[in-house]
Amino acid sequence: MNCIRRALIAALVFGVVKPLAALAAWNKEAFGAKTAGDALKTLGIGSATPSTDLSIDAPQIAENGAVVPLEISSAIPGTTALTVIADKNPFPLIARFDFKEGALPFVKVNVKMGETSDVRVLAEAGGKHYVATKEVKVTIGGCGG
Amino acid sequence: MPGPMKMRATLGQGFTDVRVLMTHPMETGQRKDSDGKLVPLHFIQNVTVKLNGRPVVEAQISQAVSRNPVFSFRLKGGAKGDKIEVSWLDNQGESNSTEAAVA
Repeated sequence: MNCIRRALIAALVFGVVKPLAALAAWNKEAFGAKTAGDALKTLGIGSATPSTDLSIDAPQIAENGAVVPLEISSAIPGTTALTVIADKNPFPLIARFDFKEGALPFVKVNVKMGETSDVRVLAEAGGKHYVATKEVKVTIGGCGG
Repeated sequence: MPGPMKMRATLGQGFTDVRVLMTHPMETGQRKDSDGKLVPLHFIQNVTVKLNGRPVVEAQISQAVSRNPVFSFRLKGGAKGDKIEVSWLDNQGESNSTEAAVA
């Protein structure tokens, strides 16, 4: 009797706690990667198809690398995630957004860039990966002091 | 003490526009203070947007998001009075959240 109860409690605990842990997850390995390739590999993104349905709105020249405005959006049907990478940042992975039912794959945010670099946005839709790239020239870096 | 947040949610053409400001230093761990000491890493790692209690956007971010982050998100459709909640959690365990109704 006790055994069954214990098993039930265990099942309950694992069933409830696990999704909560997933909710607060932060991919330490991917964010700690020093190259864009490693970060993408850790996120399980292999090859990505270039797509014109992915848009990156960013200044061509950013005077201040500490505040580079980015507006990213995807017109690819069924987009469930957007990943933002600045190739030459010390830690290239900047952000990963997961969109559930009810959200549009659109984000506007200011980011820091250490130096002139390609900014890459990768979208995930229907198990496939798509990519768009834009170069942002940075006059004053935004990572140190 | 986590800094204050500000949020505004407005109806657009077929979508709801959510703009949220978080007060946070977003320290990269590479900046030196006036004494030449490195300022430790301190940045928001997780941002969650909920619509009427249901998560719709889950973001993981790095220290490369600018200080006092301002995010814009868009939600499909929406109606006046829908409840939007945005919360964040940083690498030092601090967190904050704010709520607003769609106007």
